[in-house]
Amino acid sequence: MSITASLALTMPEMILSLGAMALLMVAAFGGDGLTRAISWGAVALFAAAGLSLLGPAGNGGSGFEGLYLADSFAAFAKILIYIAAAVSVIIAPGFFARSGQLRAEYPILILLSAVGMGMMVSAGDMLSLYVGLELQSLSAYVLASFMRRDMRSAEAGLKYFVLGALASGILLYGISLLYGFTGTTLFSGIARSLETGISTGELFGIVFIFAGLAFKISAVPFHMWTPDVYEGAPTPVTAFFASAPKVAGMALLMRVAVMAMGSGTDSWRQIVVFAALASTILGGVAAIGQSNIKRLLAYSSINNVGFALFGLAAGTAEGVAATMTYMAVYVAMTLGSFLCVLQMRGADGQPVETIASLSGLSRTRPALAAALAIFMFSLAGIPPLFGFWPKFLVFDALVAIGLWPLAMIGIATSVIGAFYYLKIVKTMYFDEPAEAYAAADSKLEGGLITLSALFVSPLGYFAIPLLGAASMAAARALF
Amino acid sequence: MSFPILSLMVAIPTIAAAVCLFSGAQAARVIALAATLINLVLGIMLWTHYEIGGPQWQFTEHLDLFGRFAWALGIDGIALLLIVLSVFLMPICIGASWVALEKRVPEYMAAFLLMETLMIGVFSAQDLFLFYIFFEAGLIPMYLIIGIWGGAERIYASYKFFLYTLLGSVVMLIAMLWMAQAAGSTDIPTLMAYDFPVKAQTWLFLAFFASFAVKMPMWPVHTWLPDAHVQAPTAGSVILAGVLLKMGGYGFIRFSLPMFPEASAQLMWLVMGLSMIAVVVTSLIALVQNDMKKLIAYSSVAHMAFVTIGLFAFNRQGIEGALMVMLSHGLVSGALFLCVGVIYDRLHTREIARYGGLATNMPYYALFFLLFTMGSVGLPGTSGFVGEFLSLVGAYHASSWVAFVATTGIILGAAYMLYLYRRVAYGPLTKEDVAAMPDLSLREWALLAPIAAAVLWMGVYPESFLAPMRGDVGALMARLAHAAPAGDAHVTIDRAAPPTAHASGEAH
Repeated sequence: MSITASLALTMPEMILSLGAMALLMVAAFGGDGLTRAISWGAVALFAAAGLSLLGPAGNGGSGFEGLYLADSFAAFAKILIYIAAAVSVIIAPGFFARSGQLRAEYPILILLSAVGMGMMVSAGDMLSLYVGLELQSLSAYVLASFMRRDMRSAEAGLKYFVLGALASGILLYGISLLYGFTGTTLFSGIARSLETGISTGELFGIVFIFAGLAFKISAVPFHMWTPDVYEGAPTPVTAFFASAPKVAGMALLMRVAVMAMGSGTDSWRQIVVFAALASTILGGVAAIGQSNIKRLLAYSSINNVGFALFGLAAGTAEGVAATMTYMAVYVAMTLGSFLCVLQMRGADGQPVETIASLSGLSRTRPALAAALAIFMFSLAGIPPLFGFWPKFLVFDALVAIGLWPLAMIGIATSVIGAFYYLKIVKTMYFDEPAEAYAAADSKLEGGLITLSALFVSPLGYFAIPLLGAASMAAARALF
Repeated sequence: MSFPILSLMVAIPTIAAAVCLFSGAQAARVIALAATLINLVLGIMLWTHYEIGGPQWQFTEHLDLFGRFAWALGIDGIALLLIVLSVFLMPICIGASWVALEKRVPEYMAAFLLMETLMIGVFSAQDLFLFYIFFEAGLIPMYLIIGIWGGAERIYASYKFFLYTLLGSVVMLIAMLWMAQAAGSTDIPTLMAYDFPVKAQTWLFLAFFASFAVKMPMWPVHTWLPDAHVQAPTAGSVILAGVLLKMGGYGFIRFSLPMFPEASAQLMWLVMGLSMIAVVVTSLIALVQNDMKKLIAYSSVAHMAFVTIGLFAFNRQGIEGALMVMLSHGLVSGALFLCVGVIYDRLHTREIARYGGLATNMPYYALFFLLFTMGSVGLPGTSGFVGEFLSLVGAYHASSWVAFVATTGIILGAAYMLYLYRRVAYGPLTKEDVAAMPDLSLREWALLAPIAAAVLWMGVYPESFLAPMRGDVGALMARLAHAAPAGDAHVTIDRAAPPTAHASGEAH
């Protein structure tokens, strides 16, 4: 394939990286006063990148000798990533303006991170995977400590960086082991080599790679950074961390697991099953004692990643499609929850993060309380809310391959999680009102909350045929 | 497809609930009452248009909306009567909260209307997963009803209710996923005729049992019920006892028995054993209660045990009796909770010892209370007698020991109910605040009189209720015939006159 044809496949990344550089120039010469304009520019770039997926970039096959794959799996993940990243950009200026730290670099860092995530989900080779992952991570480290005068934010950034570097090291070690034993870093080459059986060295490589990637999606036992980073990072950044990189990490993990190591499904299934069960249990139990809403949502994301992993544990196209559906619904629920958290501001306009401050919200701000209650019940997977549907699909995939005892245990752990989601609803609806929050000041945020609440409401079920077809087409691309 | 009346009945309360949220207190009351009355009219139309002896599934609708499962509705005679019971009790619930409830009225009415939507949905769903969604979704409004408008211990009770029932149901979901894959269909009528492997049936039965036993509730997983009842507002208790508890029994009839007949027969003694314990133990517990609502809640557990005993007797009398107990208990226990609500609104206590001598200053109240007490005891002429008698006859055919133990429940039931009535209504009227209580208001008359009429109707002429269900019970019997265990009672009258379609009609 010619270089121009290959470049055409990377159209979304081209748009985002060239656009990011152009906006960086604007920011450098225009100053922070242009932040809002730059943010909208970034959103436009995300829209353009999303639209470019309609062309060869959406389903054009592999480019650069297999280093880069533009298939429908990558397209599905990229659309989710761009939506999540665009929302994270839109909600930021209001937040940073209130704390007087409105800076033009924020949308640009998100753009660069999205380029990295695009590379991650399109990677066809261990090295393009690693480059994409590092690009995403480096932007994320900076984003975590974006409010540099805030101690917690700086701490979050440092913690994220140190632990992230460790995980990258583990991942690289796994890649080098696999390269040493198979003689290639291409996914297709590794798959061919593993077909003849897996040696001990290759198994070690697989384990290390899974461990490194588990860090990125914050699956137990590599989840320790999540609550601290989520709590410390500015809320729009936390919303971003909880959504887009999770999709990218999960998609990457599935691509590596299925495309490169598909013949070793039985070997890595144990790892995935352990991580999934440990995540759902720990994500449920550890969240119970939390008093900070962002920490609680961090454990909630650990819990949900665990459920999404059950789909991968099935190792079938149905399972992968279920996990992709899970991530799509998860992004809507998570962004919605964080949008609600953004509305939690004291009378002085400063953010409030305690769960206790939500007391009696149903009487002071009924619409906000109803929206947050919808997100909580949906995250808990209670029908008729749409959060039930992806749980249904992942367990359906497990039952289909005969793993019904695992499905039974897995779904029973969802009851643990339900407890703390109920606690939030209880605080908002049953308790006496606490001091009211500052009035809502952004119609845009209200609109986004409404939109995501409608998506996870029972109306979301009408999206099932569309979502099912798209995720199935995406999953088929891997098999 | 004919006129989608079931979809309409599901849609009306949903829309009304949404409108309620955006209106004032008085407007919400009126909207809720209007919506439930419209549904009552539709329910009556459903009953009058239901063709007895016609096709098993009537008013069917099928719309492939969701890809993996369908919007499929339809009812048989059993579902018909349970829907009629639901829509009959709903306006009464709204009326019961008309003045007693002042806090957050629009949300309250919306929660109740949503409950109505979900109850109709549960009884009319023809698709396995549609059923599950309706079945589970009821947790959310009920959680809010108990938690927001409940009594002192409301938060503990609401958590207990939610988590208990959720744990039971998620296990059932996995079984449903397995069934849908094994049978290749999510259509409930298809699954009812599908023969699952006998070995798998046991597991499936247990998974469904986990859910239905909690909803029912059966001993020993009944402990959420007294807490939820005591803390729920009056109307919440009526709906909980009147309709929500029927979901468990309905589940046994719709799923466990026809889909897993062999497993049902094998595990008959599990169900019978638990039911026998429940009848005796919870009746004894009811005997020592000081709180009126708690007493009635425990009596509900005992009555529900008659349902399971009847169902797992594997004969026509038993199953029809179980269905009659369900309907009768829906009316009688709902009415008893209303009676408690009437005096609770006046004195704001449910403690039995605070009352006494009400027959003197509240004669009409005492009359209604007596009627419903008798209905609960199972006096001939009231609805309670028909169901309990039939299910005991059925149980006697299956096992005389079960019948023996269950019959003690009747005696104990009479004991705790009459004891309750004596302490509340009879004796000297010594307490001043009790003596100052006025008799029933016009509104309370309007709430209690229709239920009283229904209780007497069901007691005097049960055929109106048995007729629509007869064909469906027959279909269930045919499905169970090859698995039914032989009973220990060799009743010769059966041999002399083999049961015909009319046998049970003449039995009473």
